[in-house]
Amino acid sequence: MSSTVEAPSRPPAPAPAGGREPASRLPLLAATGALLVAAYLSLGIGVADVGVADLLSPSAEQWQILTVSRIPRTAAVLLAGAALSVAGLIMQRITQNRFVSPSTSGTVEAAVLGILVATLLFGDASLLVKMLVAILTAVAGTLVFLQLLERIRHQDPIVVALVGLMYGAVIGAVTTFIAYQRDLVQYLDIWTTGSFSGILQGRYEPIYVVLAVGVLGYLWADRFTVVGMGRSMATNLGLHYRRTMYVGLVVVSVMAAVVVVVVGAIPFLGLIVPNVVTLLLGDNLRRVLPATALAGAGFVLLCDVVARTVHYPYELPVATIAGAVGAAVFVVLILRAGKASGT
Amino acid sequence: MTTIAPAPSRRSSPDTPATEDQRVSRTRTVVVALALLVAAACTAYLLYDVRGSWSYAMDLRTRQLAALLITGAAVGASSLVFQTVAGSRILTPSVMGFDALYMLIQTVIVYALGSAAFLALTPGQHFLLDAVLLTVFGWLLFTWLFRRSSRNLLMLVLVGVVLGSFFASLTSLSSRLLSPDDFLTLQDVMFASFSTADPGLLWTAGVVTVLGIAALVPLGRRLDVVALGHDPAVTLGVPFHRTVRITLAVTTMLVAAATALVGPMLFLGLVVANLARQLVPTHRHAVLVPVAILVGVLTCVAGQLVVVHVFDLTTTLSVVVNLVGGLYFLRLLMRTVLL
Repeated sequence: MSSTVEAPSRPPAPAPAGGREPASRLPLLAATGALLVAAYLSLGIGVADVGVADLLSPSAEQWQILTVSRIPRTAAVLLAGAALSVAGLIMQRITQNRFVSPSTSGTVEAAVLGILVATLLFGDASLLVKMLVAILTAVAGTLVFLQLLERIRHQDPIVVALVGLMYGAVIGAVTTFIAYQRDLVQYLDIWTTGSFSGILQGRYEPIYVVLAVGVLGYLWADRFTVVGMGRSMATNLGLHYRRTMYVGLVVVSVMAAVVVVVVGAIPFLGLIVPNVVTLLLGDNLRRVLPATALAGAGFVLLCDVVARTVHYPYELPVATIAGAVGAAVFVVLILRAGKASGT
Repeated sequence: MTTIAPAPSRRSSPDTPATEDQRVSRTRTVVVALALLVAAACTAYLLYDVRGSWSYAMDLRTRQLAALLITGAAVGASSLVFQTVAGSRILTPSVMGFDALYMLIQTVIVYALGSAAFLALTPGQHFLLDAVLLTVFGWLLFTWLFRRSSRNLLMLVLVGVVLGSFFASLTSLSSRLLSPDDFLTLQDVMFASFSTADPGLLWTAGVVTVLGIAALVPLGRRLDVVALGHDPAVTLGVPFHRTVRITLAVTTMLVAAATALVGPMLFLGLVVANLARQLVPTHRHAVLVPVAILVGVLTCVAGQLVVVHVFDLTTTLSVVVNLVGGLYFLRLLMRTVLL
């Protein structure tokens, strides 16, 4: 029975390749272990009477609670946290800009618009159909943002973040505009506010898609780094610039869209986690990617535990907690950036 | 980076340089035209398509119109002078997270007092409590922000935007900790709309707005100079910081009045203040502020007319304002950045 926590293990498999930096392997393993222990302990939190002590020898009833609700939830928490952080990291590397992430580039808002469109057009379509539409709109929305970016001459991170936030706000306003006319504002609100309370067996499995996409992101990590150096540099190094760019874009958009559809939006996550991790560990994308995934998963796990305990037995959406913490950290990052650039 | 939008309205009208006479007459034409449009919109709002009981419709519509007028005037005037003291055309109180701060304060008050005590407050007391707290916190926020990063305008905007979402998260967090009863009370306060403006609140907000705008009148000349920037203003003998502080305090009152009445309208002030600056070729606040008020009122009344009669209430004014305003903001931003 001890295989219960097998599913939620780390999303993109950490560093089997390379082997050039054996020193960094140990902390990573330790962090993975700590995360797994934390995830395991978090299985014991909840209204139903399943404590940590019962996990090893659950009764039939407790076992059902675990498999139907607690384990899926923990898996979703870890995967969503890891996916959004990795998506943010890749996006920051492609655009060479610390302040870009799915939630500051219209990607998330475009996915929400996609959910709305799918709901309007296909009525009671399955989750998968809605997810596909959301992925398509997320890719399209991100593409438009990149077009906007290319038009900006000064690639000042702060300008880019502002333009991205406003672009997202405009897409959000379009969504609200349509949703209001169809009386779907509340529906959309509930669906797209990041929360794990609705995660149950049979309703969250699509989130495992991010695992596959995450592996792809990991394998292409070095190419993304090269793409971030600019078109001419990348082409000189023999890289198909446009294709690599699009792969990166799709990886990011798929991750963001899948998480939005299954869990909802968790603001600022993809922005702050990669920033803090790269601040601590440096810039080598392939090396920091697993750490970012772990940190993101850990951060969301922590937020989720707080969300479940602070108002026990009720629970808060994880998005409000992550949003408050994330925004505060973001402000600090902006002020730091301002100080560093000496303006 | 700091070349962006140095002083507001430094850009004169797009046409070729005009003589003083031409400018004065253009200003006069604009003001008269705006006043006529406002009058027409108000009349239309009151009289168009009245069905059923005449007196009931008049009573309701007068109240709604009053709310629109107060909001438009308060937002127009406050955004314009805020832009002047902030030295930027893309900053407005809402963009700086001010509405969100208002919401947060409301939530915290309900949380601290409980809904029973909260409901026992008269609209006047209620407003006073809000206004005092908001002025204190808003003032602290602005002084902190302006001191922290006065040299990088866009950074200031970004911090403001993110702070706005920070406050919004805190609001939603604390509102979820409320009991359902308390939450209902709060919801009523937060989503007061044009259609349900409470007469007591109307009076309070109206009086505050009138007082606030009146307080701006003697500041007009000084603001003209403050628009030139800190050093020139001080050289010309204007107490820069004191003027900025007073203006921010007045702005706070006005925004509180508008937000208390109709809830947050993120981009309204931005659109209105910029339109006003484009319409009249002047830097004088004695002209700019009234024009901004007229534009604000016109936007609100005409916008609501469209929402009611064209969209049949299938949308809200704030959604439309956010949509149009968001695009406009993006355009302003892109243009500023492309310079």
